[in-house]
Amino acid sequence: MSAAALRVAGLGKRYQLGLTHAGSLSEAASRLTRRLRGLPPVEAPVDAAPGTDPADKKGDFWALKDLSFEVQPGEVVGVIGRNGAGKSTLLKILSRVTSPTVGEVRVRGRVGSLLEVGTGFHPELTGRENVYMNATLLGMSKREVRAKLDEIVDFSGVEKFLDTPVKRYSSGMKVRLGFAVAAHLEPEVLIVDEVLSVGDAEFQRKCLGKMKDVAGEGRTVLFVSHNASAVRELTSRALLLSGGAVIQDGPTSDVLSFYRDSSTRGDGNVRSAERAFSGLSGQLRLLEARVEQEEVPFGGSIRAELEIESAILAGEYTVGITIFSQNDQPVASGFSPSISPPAPGSTGAAGIEISALRLAPGNYHCTVSLCDARSHSTLLHDSISNTLSFAVVGYPVGVGRWMQGWGGVALNLVLSDAGGTRTGKIRHASPVLVGRGVAPNRCA
Amino acid sequence: MSSTLSPPAETSSPLPENGAASAGERPGELIATGFDDRETVIRPPSGWPFPDFRELWQFRDLLSLLTLRSIAVRYRQSVLGVGWAIVRPVVSVLIFTLIFGKAAGFEDDLPSGVAYPVFAFLGLVPWMFFAAALGGTVQSVVGGSDMLTKVYFPRLVLPLSNLGVAAVDLGIQIVLVALLMAWYRIVPTAAIVALPAFLLLTALAALAGGLSLTALNVKYRDVGQAVPFFVQAGMYLSPVIYPPTFIPEKWSALYYLNPMAGAIEGVRWSVLGTDPPQWGYVGLSVVTTLALLAGGLIYFKRTESTFADVI
Repeated sequence: MSAAALRVAGLGKRYQLGLTHAGSLSEAASRLTRRLRGLPPVEAPVDAAPGTDPADKKGDFWALKDLSFEVQPGEVVGVIGRNGAGKSTLLKILSRVTSPTVGEVRVRGRVGSLLEVGTGFHPELTGRENVYMNATLLGMSKREVRAKLDEIVDFSGVEKFLDTPVKRYSSGMKVRLGFAVAAHLEPEVLIVDEVLSVGDAEFQRKCLGKMKDVAGEGRTVLFVSHNASAVRELTSRALLLSGGAVIQDGPTSDVLSFYRDSSTRGDGNVRSAERAFSGLSGQLRLLEARVEQEEVPFGGSIRAELEIESAILAGEYTVGITIFSQNDQPVASGFSPSISPPAPGSTGAAGIEISALRLAPGNYHCTVSLCDARSHSTLLHDSISNTLSFAVVGYPVGVGRWMQGWGGVALNLVLSDAGGTRTGKIRHASPVLVGRGVAPNRCA
Repeated sequence: MSSTLSPPAETSSPLPENGAASAGERPGELIATGFDDRETVIRPPSGWPFPDFRELWQFRDLLSLLTLRSIAVRYRQSVLGVGWAIVRPVVSVLIFTLIFGKAAGFEDDLPSGVAYPVFAFLGLVPWMFFAAALGGTVQSVVGGSDMLTKVYFPRLVLPLSNLGVAAVDLGIQIVLVALLMAWYRIVPTAAIVALPAFLLLTALAALAGGLSLTALNVKYRDVGQAVPFFVQAGMYLSPVIYPPTFIPEKWSALYYLNPMAGAIEGVRWSVLGTDPPQWGYVGLSVVTTLALLAGGLIYFKRTESTFADVI
């Protein structure tokens, strides 16, 4: 047991940008002549022997570059990083769906990879047939499936429809059945991609619970997610990927906060930052944008300090802020009251307070825009993305966690009839439902 | 720890915290739960990989299920279902008999005592098996792309599983052949024991072509378009509607490079018990089949690591 469960050494994966197929016949012909003359092929993400310099062409793209790490048996490791950081490529290599260009991976034991739930499901086949299909695809034998079928069906909760073709299933049922199979795979190393982003909160909770079990049994889990709170909850160690390499490796909380800092401009200087939009008037320019505190308690407010430069005389402006979640989904927007611009040629400051954030716990960043107040936000002076990053920490009262499927905003549910005396069934003493720990979507 | 992390209202859930405990309570499960210490090494592909038949054997359940899946999917929502396996050859043989048997006069070149419909049928059955098996295998990798890009399994399972579908039709058609022979009062001879060998040769020929073509089809979808056309043309290059004696002797060596020439001749001989085919030529067909099979297998194994990237 002293040996690492997973050892990745010098892993690299090169893709060719542009056409995914080989393109023209002449290219194919030149490749063939190269081969016949005994020269190494210059094409395709294969064939680069370790040690040799894999002929780098223009248009080559290294999705992973010199990636190395080790995972000990029983460790649960989160893998985080922006889109395009190489997470999916890494998972694909570990799952042996695709092969590396250079480097080596050593895995001890059976690998169960869950890049998707319900792979191989066919709509014409019944639930039962698809369980067998999916399970054998994931590496189980028919005998194993037979032994676990009852458990799997139990877990999925679709026993009534087991002999109905899957095409009659709702998408939720399909996902549940698919995860039920995967959950009973019992591999030594479990590799999980963003599967938690599908399905409802109930399903996500079940998945997390099952994955905790898996980890508790001393199995190794590699968990990739955009969901920072899920990563924080499930893993003790995290790897931060960027540009195809591990740039941070350590305790999850450290890596997550580093990730939050690194993913935005930490010093607040946005003078030379790239502007997301073209057609900005340039009359006013953002020089700096920073938040007063980077961690906001749930329900608290956040103060942003902006420094604005006025190039020429501009009319009154408003500050528009859109908050994005960590996976770049817009969550909320707002506009400030009108502000008088600084005199032309000078700079001025503006403080904006976003009050009472009922945002779900997690990491956020903002797009800040300066708009002309009179033209009702159609004249844009300046706009900066990926700035003002902050984290909401803590949970609404009584809710011990926040699932991704619950959305991005915590509702404040109040009983309209104080005390709930009209229906004798409601026994909550407090009128605030959220605080009673009834997961809102369980009603559905 | 789990109590703080699990959400409230846990009671209705059949799951979580007891998962580990319950596995321990049932001794039968400990076998499946036991740690597997084997090491898998993932490296860049290099050289000429040899197919891992041991691994393929480990995935035999997947192979059989994929085969059953293809069969089930094919027939489940079809009114005529397996009837298609009967209608197609019967109609074809009727047409062949009228055009080639009567009008073109191939009838007269047949060995004595063999009716043209029986002759044509015995050519068509292995040919249709070959065509179906080849067509299925060529599409198999592209058709399995949803699995291919998500899960590792021996990629050879995909083309192999498509042989089974063709075999179902073949089985039905063999019954049809038996009925036809009964109608014409033809009694098979001892040569019938060789039939499975020639059907196997047909399957191998289809696989031989299918392996390289399905790998090629991943990169160039033209292959999938071209194959049905060339299969159609190939029928006229095989002794399906005419006896091989139709081919001038000086071309015979070239003619039997076609794997299906030997296979069809063999099937006819083993069922009808007529004059045996020229073994030298059948041997030639066998050699081409094996050579193509080896080539196809190597090409398939060499390209399979890029399937998920290219597809």
